[in-house]
Amino acid sequence: MKAVSEENYVLEMTDIEKQFPGVKALDHAMLKLRPGTVHALMGENGAGKSTLMKCLFGIYKQDGGRIVIDGQETSFSGPKNALDNGVAMVHQELNQVLKRSVMENIWLGRFPKHYGLISHKEMYQETQKVFEELEIPVNPRTIIGKLSVSQRQMVEIAKAVSYNAKILVLDEPTSSLTQEEVEHLFRIINKLRDKGVAMVYISHKMEEILRISDDVTIMRDGKWIATERAEGLTTDKIIKLMVGRDLTERFPPKNNNPSEVLLDVKNLTGKYMPSCIDVSFQLRKGEILGVAGLVGSRRTELLETIFGIAHHESGEMYMHGKQVVNKDAKTAIKNGFALLTEERRATGIFGGMSIRFNSVIANIKNYSNGFWLSNGKMKDDTKWVIDSMRVKTPSQKTHIRSLSGGNQQKVILGRWLLTKPEVLLLDEPTRGIDVGAKYEIYQLIIDLAHEDKGVIVVSSEMPELLGICDRILVMSNGHLAGIVDAKQTSQEEIMRLAAKFV
Amino acid sequence: MEKVERMANGKSWKELLLDYALYIILIIMIIGVIVADRSFLSMNNFLTILAQASTRAILALGVAGMIVLAGTDLSAGRILGCGAAVSASLLQSVTYSSRMYPGITEPLPMIVPLLLSIIVCVAFCLLNGFGVAKLHMHAFIISLGTQLIAYGVLCLYIDSQKGGAQPLASLDAGYIQLVNGRLLGIPHLVYFMIICAVIMWFIWNKTTLGKNMFAIGGNPEAAAVSGVNVAKNIMLIYLLAGVLYGIAAFLEAGRIQSVTTATGTNYDLDAISGCVIGGVSFSGGVGTIPGILIGVIILQVINYSLYYLGVNAYLQYVIKGLIIILAVAIDVRKYIAKK
Repeated sequence: MKAVSEENYVLEMTDIEKQFPGVKALDHAMLKLRPGTVHALMGENGAGKSTLMKCLFGIYKQDGGRIVIDGQETSFSGPKNALDNGVAMVHQELNQVLKRSVMENIWLGRFPKHYGLISHKEMYQETQKVFEELEIPVNPRTIIGKLSVSQRQMVEIAKAVSYNAKILVLDEPTSSLTQEEVEHLFRIINKLRDKGVAMVYISHKMEEILRISDDVTIMRDGKWIATERAEGLTTDKIIKLMVGRDLTERFPPKNNNPSEVLLDVKNLTGKYMPSCIDVSFQLRKGEILGVAGLVGSRRTELLETIFGIAHHESGEMYMHGKQVVNKDAKTAIKNGFALLTEERRATGIFGGMSIRFNSVIANIKNYSNGFWLSNGKMKDDTKWVIDSMRVKTPSQKTHIRSLSGGNQQKVILGRWLLTKPEVLLLDEPTRGIDVGAKYEIYQLIIDLAHEDKGVIVVSSEMPELLGICDRILVMSNGHLAGIVDAKQTSQEEIMRLAAKFV
Repeated sequence: MEKVERMANGKSWKELLLDYALYIILIIMIIGVIVADRSFLSMNNFLTILAQASTRAILALGVAGMIVLAGTDLSAGRILGCGAAVSASLLQSVTYSSRMYPGITEPLPMIVPLLLSIIVCVAFCLLNGFGVAKLHMHAFIISLGTQLIAYGVLCLYIDSQKGGAQPLASLDAGYIQLVNGRLLGIPHLVYFMIICAVIMWFIWNKTTLGKNMFAIGGNPEAAAVSGVNVAKNIMLIYLLAGVLYGIAAFLEAGRIQSVTTATGTNYDLDAISGCVIGGVSFSGGVGTIPGILIGVIILQVINYSLYYLGVNAYLQYVIKGLIIILAVAIDVRKYIAKK
């Protein structure tokens, strides 16, 4: 490793520590940013990248360590305070007032004024100036909700530039961009670099990192692992540093055997766009079918259309050769389907309710003897969920909210298994779950397939799909771009398919 | 696929029809009234409707701010009752023997009761604002409580008269003239409404407070991250509402010329319905001043025409209720994401 300690840094974060209940999120984390460079921050999900950034912006208060900006120890009180001091962040999940115009979103909190009244003219001109500089072809008066996600992302970057930020954090900026838009973004990044702006670039995409960044810092399990110049790095080396062990050990051994066709989906098209368009595939008993695609490729919509909570315009589904029509969630459950939703907090858990309630809710009528619900039966089934899913909880009466993400997910998986499904639709089952718990979820998924259930897994993490699936279905802009064998394919092939209809 | 493309590229005629459905229905209703009784179509009726709508419009301009903030205000009517009682009690004719304040022997300058009315209304509104901004209560709940408090205060005040609870009537002639007089043939009330509306239009569209209000209503998280002091701006919007309520109360007392414990009953619901008909969305972050005015006026047209046609008073409630349900049902449809 090169000694980079002699240099000037615009930002130095050293020995940052952050403890959450039960988890050490940051353990001597470190990040040193040189002026006028792009610094890639890499690590698996849960490695502590976003926690580190939240400490920088004062969203979290670190338990230990120093943050030094331009030689001065700093502690921001919040994102606005950071922004006023030239430290800006473009979030992956855009936080914008969708019903208002582009320029209002940019100048919110500091509108230009004349005699106490807001000057729309000046606001327009200033916005236009920034847009021209960055070559962003967007009318500042457009309502922001009408723009595409990529345009909204550009607007967010322009907002950061308009604050004259000297440190800019870009969190997964290319996750929803097409190749052309990525090129545009890189032009903007290069322009900013020439102006002396230092950027932290968080991304999982190796080729991008190696192309755009000057330095790379790698984190694992909340710890600083390495900081190196990008020239000397290769994809393999980065992965090795990130994972810290062989990739194969991240997934449990597969012992499921796909057999006869269980579900046959023919020409499924959603009624209200954006949704899936003319998607056909077969799912076998005991098979794990992955669904890959970029953000906005309508993978969730595909699952929702199969499950019947999104309307379909045309297409048929056959289970064991017999046609099934899921016209809503109720019929879908009766037909042997189960859907684990993507947004666990919003549409999965009943946070303020007990684990027992959360376990039995999808199956509630089975506990009724006609007049009331049988407590004993619910208790037994909840016990089954806790035991078979290996949920770590003090009791059945614990509020599900107080469990970790991984344990919450296990309860919800158990909830669906109580409905005795044949086809499980899992939408991002490991999102927001730490690495150890992920392994357990993978094990549960493989066990389910081993028990001859058909499992469809939507995931944005390519290694995960390659590690646990038998075949991978690739979606692109609502269309089926191809189905590949997980053992023979590569990330590159999947990426190519994912961009097919973009 | 054809359908898909149309939805992507712009609004289909169906959606446009849906967007303006309420206006279309209401225009048909008005035409119906005119056909039923041709005498309805007169300048005088028109001005009466405008004058009647004026105090409610000013009230609605205040309530609208709360709805844009994704809240509501159930206490507006009772707060108005309190302000009206204060105004009327201070402006009873000095020759009226059983006036509330026998100590007042010379008519007070109009500004004094107006300011006191505003102060009373602002106090109640700040209570609501504090509940929403600082205690993080839902506006529905806090204003439900405030509504009861304001009603209780109003009853106590009216009951505190020497002669017991009697209507605050026999108002000062100058006051009645100020409120009910006409200038160039148009009632003063209409001018007051227009002045308030113009000022509010400026605040909503040309000041930081107005922009912040839309931002907070549309996405409070984004507003906070952009450095908007959310709590402070919410309080200011409530304060502004209090000022408008105070003005509306002062004018309403002069308009009806007799304030009782029932004054203001259901005015909040009228104001909310007016806002909703005028396109202020309950989901927050959306609304315009002209829309609110049109909404309130349309509601008043319905009130007046039902009365004009001699529709059974009880049936009028049924019809008004249906119109509100229709308005919200249509409003909600615009924002439903179809799956």
